[in-house]
Amino acid sequence: MSLDQILVTGDPMILASQIAILITMIALIVGISYFKKWKYLWSEWFTTVDHKKIGIMYILAGVIMFFRGGVDGLMMKAQTSRPNMEFLDAQHYDEIFTTHGVIMILFMAMPLLIGIMNVVIPLQIGARDVAFPKLNALSFWTFFVGAMLFNISFVIGGSPDAGWTSYFPLAGKEFTPGVGNNYYAISLQIAGIGTLATGINFIVTILKMRAPGMTLMKMPMFTWTSLVTSVIIVAAFPILTVALAFMTLDRLFGTHFFTVAGGGDPMLWLNLFWLWGHPEVYIVVLPAFGMFSEVISTFSRKNLYGYSSMVISIVGIAFLSMLVWVHHFYTMGNSAAVNSVFSITTMAIAIPTGVKIFNWLFTMRKGRIQFSTAMLWSLAFIPCFTIGGVTGVMLAMAAADYQYHNTMFLVAHFHYVLIPGVVFAVFAGLYYWWPKMFGFKLNEKIGKWHFWLFVIGFNLTFMPMFFVGLDGMTRRMYTYSEGLGWEAWLGVSAVGSLIMAAGFAALCYNIYWSFRFASREVGNDPWDARTLEWTMASPAPHYNFAVVPEVDSIDPLWKMKKKGIKAFTKKDLKPIHMPSNSGIPIIMGIAFGIVGFFLVFEWFTLAAIWSLGIIGGLIANSFDYDDGYYVPVDEITKTEGLDDTERKWKGDQ
Amino acid sequence: MEKTNKIFPGKMVFGFFLSIVMTVLAAIVFYTDFTSSVKLWIIGALAIFQAGVQLIMFMHMNEGKSGMINTINIVYSVFIAAVIVAGSIWILSTGHAAHY
Amino acid sequence: MASGTSLPLEYSTKQNEMNILGFWIFLGAEIVLFSTLFAGYAVLEHNTAGGPAGSDIFIMKDVMIQTFLLLTSSFTCSLAIHQMRNNNLKGLITWLLITMALGLGFLYMEINEFIHYVHEGATMQTSAFLSAFFTLLGTHGAHVTLGIGWLTLLIIQLVKRGITPVTARKTFIISLYWHFLDVVWIFIFTFVYLKGLM
Repeated sequence: MSLDQILVTGDPMILASQIAILITMIALIVGISYFKKWKYLWSEWFTTVDHKKIGIMYILAGVIMFFRGGVDGLMMKAQTSRPNMEFLDAQHYDEIFTTHGVIMILFMAMPLLIGIMNVVIPLQIGARDVAFPKLNALSFWTFFVGAMLFNISFVIGGSPDAGWTSYFPLAGKEFTPGVGNNYYAISLQIAGIGTLATGINFIVTILKMRAPGMTLMKMPMFTWTSLVTSVIIVAAFPILTVALAFMTLDRLFGTHFFTVAGGGDPMLWLNLFWLWGHPEVYIVVLPAFGMFSEVISTFSRKNLYGYSSMVISIVGIAFLSMLVWVHHFYTMGNSAAVNSVFSITTMAIAIPTGVKIFNWLFTMRKGRIQFSTAMLWSLAFIPCFTIGGVTGVMLAMAAADYQYHNTMFLVAHFHYVLIPGVVFAVFAGLYYWWPKMFGFKLNEKIGKWHFWLFVIGFNLTFMPMFFVGLDGMTRRMYTYSEGLGWEAWLGVSAVGSLIMAAGFAALCYNIYWSFRFASREVGNDPWDARTLEWTMASPAPHYNFAVVPEVDSIDPLWKMKKKGIKAFTKKDLKPIHMPSNSGIPIIMGIAFGIVGFFLVFEWFTLAAIWSLGIIGGLIANSFDYDDGYYVPVDEITKTEGLDDTERKWKGDQ
Repeated sequence: MEKTNKIFPGKMVFGFFLSIVMTVLAAIVFYTDFTSSVKLWIIGALAIFQAGVQLIMFMHMNEGKSGMINTINIVYSVFIAAVIVAGSIWILSTGHAAHY
Repeated sequence: MASGTSLPLEYSTKQNEMNILGFWIFLGAEIVLFSTLFAGYAVLEHNTAGGPAGSDIFIMKDVMIQTFLLLTSSFTCSLAIHQMRNNNLKGLITWLLITMALGLGFLYMEINEFIHYVHEGATMQTSAFLSAFFTLLGTHGAHVTLGIGWLTLLIIQLVKRGITPVTARKTFIISLYWHFLDVVWIFIFTFVYLKGLM
């Protein structure tokens, strides 16, 4: 295979990207070497098993992927802004909507949510770390390597172009002979391994590592939603694993799972993809619900309304989420009985979701609401998400769906679900928990700019899509002719997307500004919040809790503050056991990436040789009897400020 | 709970005996003259029963502090498994798929 | 259930307890994984595309031998755990070695079976039925192979360190894995071979 078959050539935009990527990589390597930061990066970040640092790396990766996916979105909007535009050709447009979808769901939403879960969950339940810290690091590195492998596709070998759903037969070798869809199959597989491990890790963490006294029904709502999300991950991701394995075998080894000529059934792909894909929607949306619950309760100065109905509805959603997948392909030619049953389950899932909406509203009722940026996101979420939900019920009716199916109406619907439901939540969560991660707040004033630009831009972008969709515009259409009456709608939509991008730029600027100028004196509890993570210093010390707290209610910190109870005193301190850093996860992650790359290009010998690296990592891990280390009491005393009798210690309010 | 210092592994031997019996039974049913759907129901039930024997007698599923969680986990996974298998067959073998 | 103090060694630390629970949840994921493979097989099993059907190539006698090999290995594996709980290192290693030998016997039979099929012209690429068949069986076989490698590593550690809370936990977890593979085989035996031969 010659070089120009590997590198994508001939498109000026891609050439510019290739040059930009090369320059950025060189600049990074030179910069890190010049400032002599390699050792710091290796020992503090690359080999870390600290859940907070892993969480921060997830969030960083997620924000970068948001940028990448956002640029894809902007290009699509530019292309459809006017009739007969020639900004992108059909092939390039296909590639861009494919990578946009995959990146936004799997490499933006998932890592941002898992990142915040990583940072917050152990702190909320009073744990030192997650149950399996080294596995957690491996999860991150497999995710990261999977994401990078997927991202290099557009400059090396060519992007996947069969849509984020990659339906067969289009995604099969016959109609898509390039390596693009190999990237899809293999990078998602690698990232999926990490996600499954995360699910197992968090189930065990939440079930086994809660502070004494924190029964299941006293857990914070974000912890509850993360637990249920983890359960759905464990139930759904193995299905994706198998579906992608079938795809890989079909494309790389000539099997016939989905090729009609060999007796295969392309509809089996749809069935398996959505068996995973629908639960995936709830995997991303449930932790978001948990974040809104925390934020709304904190900034309304009230406990969450209807705690147990909230828990029941989360569990109900999780249960139903596995029973609705057919509503993604009503038009595939199922029997009437199949479509009817899945119509009913789909409509049923609106009920627990509705319960939650009312719980949030009642939490705010008669509360002393503070309009912080985090709260604004939560407030905007409710109406926007409701529009998404109601249009979802319209789509749920199988008979009517024949009209809406694969139109822009559908595209508008799921953006109205996923952007308020996930992106707004992530923004709310970032503003809310930022001080706990970094020891300073994000600027509230720039935050308001971020909020208004993004929310207005969002509505301008996606509201028109409902109308062009009802007017007959199908999704994934790369151009259209004049006189169809769509020009104005799509023009507004394109302008909206620019405003939304400006909102994202405001977030980036906010992060930069706050890093440089924001006050470092935020205290333990900058929002006057209710849960355990706010009992410790900001940023959280590496061992989390100096003394594991005892809990006897849903909002333990709120109770402590009301009663004026101190969390602990100096004589309570004991040495803290911590896990040691490990290089095995990142090395295994890199080995996964290299094997994946060779598999994409079907160089099987090289892939086999490098897979020895993965096996070697497993063996090394099996013989690793490192039992961690202890943080001595002296160090804890110093960190908590307890050695200075003049100063009040940081745990004090 | 298995008592430590118990020398004869009675539970395991009994479990092994049961699984052998059920495998042989499945083979016998296979050679009978029932219709295949009846046979399938019987051997399917035997398989599920035998899986239960493995889970409880050999894998000590309900042992330890997390016994309850283990049981819920396995029951839920089996439910998901049933949804996947039965759902896929139902969806893909009715409707237009049945007529091509 | 038993009180905390009389629990066996493998549950003696909090980390051990969490590892065992984590592995059970992983097995839950494995159930989903294999059920998806079964679903794919069930949908495609009649689509032979002119190639051989299951009844043309399956051999009842070989399948029965494989089944008994794996069933017995599951039994010997449970005896190994019984020895471990009686704190008998020698007995533990002996039964683990027997388990491994039976697993190798099973693998030998399975590989022979696959070679036989390929000689009959039944490959993964022949038809959707055979793609699904080989993938399902191959995934199970790969699990058994991995289990044998894992057992080897474990036996080395047992010889070096004896029965400690850590090695006891590892042994117990591998026994869960091994029994689980037997459970999967029961369903393969029933719904692939017996059903295919009907």
